[in-house]
Amino acid sequence: MRVTTLKAAILAAALSLGLASPAARAAESGAEIPNTKFSFDGPFGTFDRGELQRGFQVYKEVCAACHSMHLLSYRNLRDIGLSEAEVTAIAASYQIPDGPNDNGEMFERPGRPSDRFRRPFANDAAARAANNGALPPDLSVIVKARQGGADYIKALLTGYEDPPEGVTLMEGMYYNKYFAGHQIAMAPPLTGDGQVQWGDGTAATVDRMAHDLTAFLAWASEPESETRRAMGVRIILFLVVLGGLTYAVKRKIWARVHGDPIT
Amino acid sequence: MASGLHDSTIQNPVIRWIDQRLPVFTMMQKEYGSFPTPRNFNYLWNFGALALINLVIMIVTGIFLAMNYTAHTSMAFDSVERIMRDVNYGWLIRYVHMNGASMFFIVVMVHIWRNLYYGSYKAPRELLWIFGVVIFLLMMATAFMGYVLPWGQMSFWGATVITNLFSAIPLVGDSIVTLLWGGFSVDNPTLNRFFSLHYLLPFVIAGVVFLHVATLHITGSNNPLGIEPKGPQDTLPFHPYYTAKDSVGIIAYFIVFAVLVFFTPNYLGHTDNYIPANPLVTPAHIVPEWYFLPFYAILRAVPDKLGGVLLMFGAIAVLFVLPWLDRSPVRSMRFRPIAKWALMLWGINFFVLMWAGAMPAEGIYVTIARLSTAYYFAYFLVILPLLAKIERPLPLPESISHAVLRGGGRLHGAAATAKPMEKA
Ligand code: HEC
Ligand code: HEM
Repeated sequence: MRVTTLKAAILAAALSLGLASPAARAAESGAEIPNTKFSFDGPFGTFDRGELQRGFQVYKEVCAACHSMHLLSYRNLRDIGLSEAEVTAIAASYQIPDGPNDNGEMFERPGRPSDRFRRPFANDAAARAANNGALPPDLSVIVKARQGGADYIKALLTGYEDPPEGVTLMEGMYYNKYFAGHQIAMAPPLTGDGQVQWGDGTAATVDRMAHDLTAFLAWASEPESETRRAMGVRIILFLVVLGGLTYAVKRKIWARVHGDPIT
Repeated sequence: MASGLHDSTIQNPVIRWIDQRLPVFTMMQKEYGSFPTPRNFNYLWNFGALALINLVIMIVTGIFLAMNYTAHTSMAFDSVERIMRDVNYGWLIRYVHMNGASMFFIVVMVHIWRNLYYGSYKAPRELLWIFGVVIFLLMMATAFMGYVLPWGQMSFWGATVITNLFSAIPLVGDSIVTLLWGGFSVDNPTLNRFFSLHYLLPFVIAGVVFLHVATLHITGSNNPLGIEPKGPQDTLPFHPYYTAKDSVGIIAYFIVFAVLVFFTPNYLGHTDNYIPANPLVTPAHIVPEWYFLPFYAILRAVPDKLGGVLLMFGAIAVLFVLPWLDRSPVRSMRFRPIAKWALMLWGINFFVLMWAGAMPAEGIYVTIARLSTAYYFAYFLVILPLLAKIERPLPLPESISHAVLRGGGRLHGAAATAKPMEKA
């Protein structure tokens, strides 16, 4: 009974966390989300820099027409393996609103690495107006903000279909089997193979574009994840060793009192 | 020794000089060095120390978060993400704070369970127990307001649902809600006052923790046998025995904490809280943080709003009077063959409530939540009072040392002459 009380308590706690949390996030979308294999899966996964760069290019050339990523700065792109010069060139290719100047006027200037990603629309109302009343969400943290995470995003991008018999779509809506309610206001953004031209010669199939784009969005949502996991491994190893030593010290100290209680 | 100075036994001249004028070192030595502690603690006695460390971690990480956080509805969400991306080790500070709240509740719930199992709430430790329940209440208020700060969808809608509960109070309900909101809906004034209170309450908790520990040092600790130490053979000095044993527990706790923070930092959270708050879009399911789920289930088990609110607060209120509900003179469940299983069931039932709280309030889930709610209260209000009358406890051991030492503590000699100090 003695030792088991503690074990039972730990077990019960672990169990409840296991039970309560997935239950709390029971998926609302229709079809079961297929599990995609990503290089960053699991506790020791890392990002593939090639994927991230290709994914960024798809974002830049396709999604950025509608979706902002305003939590990212151009300088962050150094983390996906772009050089200082490349980052500066990318930033400079955008006109960034700034001001007021000495005459009190707002103006536009070429972007700098320290600027945030330029937003496609001046405000939400403009975004809605251009998208049939629907608001394209900011994609900076999208992978953290959806149940199913990266698997869901990849599935969504490749989940467009003709509506099944008997389903009539509302004006300006498209059928997507993974979207909650199935009717989405975003037209299929990845339209066909070769939609982008990648510099590294990889063939831009729809599946490859969706995959690399998702990897890029996953990185953008948690740019710290590689550092975090690497630090976690070191800290836990350290704690395990320290724990072993501490336990040995504790045993030695308690050996002094005759008859260490078994409790 | 100059007159008026404390008679210090400390050797180091500088420390001695201070100690003579402010005997904190003597006090620490007395309360944490030689403090006589029952020799038979198991690892469940680690959790008080863990809770204290957890509080310190929350305050330290919280202060660093507050340096970079902006309490404004148009900036709060982005400022938290900025902490994660642009502040050096900001992601670490935020994830430690966020998961620290969950760790805090795990630790404190185990701590409370330990007290239920070993009857630590009984005389003479009633006030100690009451301070503990006050801490638990304050923790819930603090965590609730903290969860509002990142201003995501769950922050906003959680705050809306919970603050609205107060409107059920007759006469003053609506005024209380307006006061909480600082207006007529959850908005910027709400966020501002919650931030202010979220910064304040942890320090109030620290104050109550001080009272909690001070009370503990008057009565001394309970132990797994639930009988009072009868002499020096039953106790050990706190240091080095329990400083060593607590250290082992602390490292185990850090390992669990680290796994959460470094590998699954968002596992216990809700994805919707990474969507910025939007008063015009209601999430499909509004679920509170996991540690509120049992109480949320009790709230929703009652068809009447006011009734639900009363019962939910009653679930905590009943803990305050527990020392007077359980009149059995035997503390430890080890010697209470029936109450032990009633409590085990209560523990399982708590997890059932937690699960029911995460489910939609419809159909079979409501029935389960109602049955569980009934048992939650029945344990305190019916079973314990009844068992105090009808249960036949097992014989208690003569003394702690007798029960736990080979040779019954004869080595220390004093056992035979020690005067029994207790009635149980
Ligand atoms: C023509 C404008 C447009 C383009 C281009 C576009 N989107 Fe969208 N997107 C939208 C709109 C509008 C919505 C909102 C849909 C709704 O709520 O029904 C949306 C929604 C989304 C969502 C959120 C779905 C959810 O679960 O709520 C994601 C993720 C997304 N888009 C990703 C992308 C990606 C990745 C690309 C680039 C390949 C892209 N979009 C290109 C307009 C666009
Ligand atoms: C009893 C101790 C405490 C508990 C239980 C607690 C709990 C929480 C919780 C649950 C959150 C939301 C986490 C999230 O989703 O981001 C939070 C956020 C926050 N807390 Fe605390 N907290 C405590 C102490 C403190 C203290 C002492 C401070 C400041 C001095 C503080 C400052 C903050 C700030 C600024 C945030 C918002 C940033 C964020 O959301 O990460 N907290 N707290």
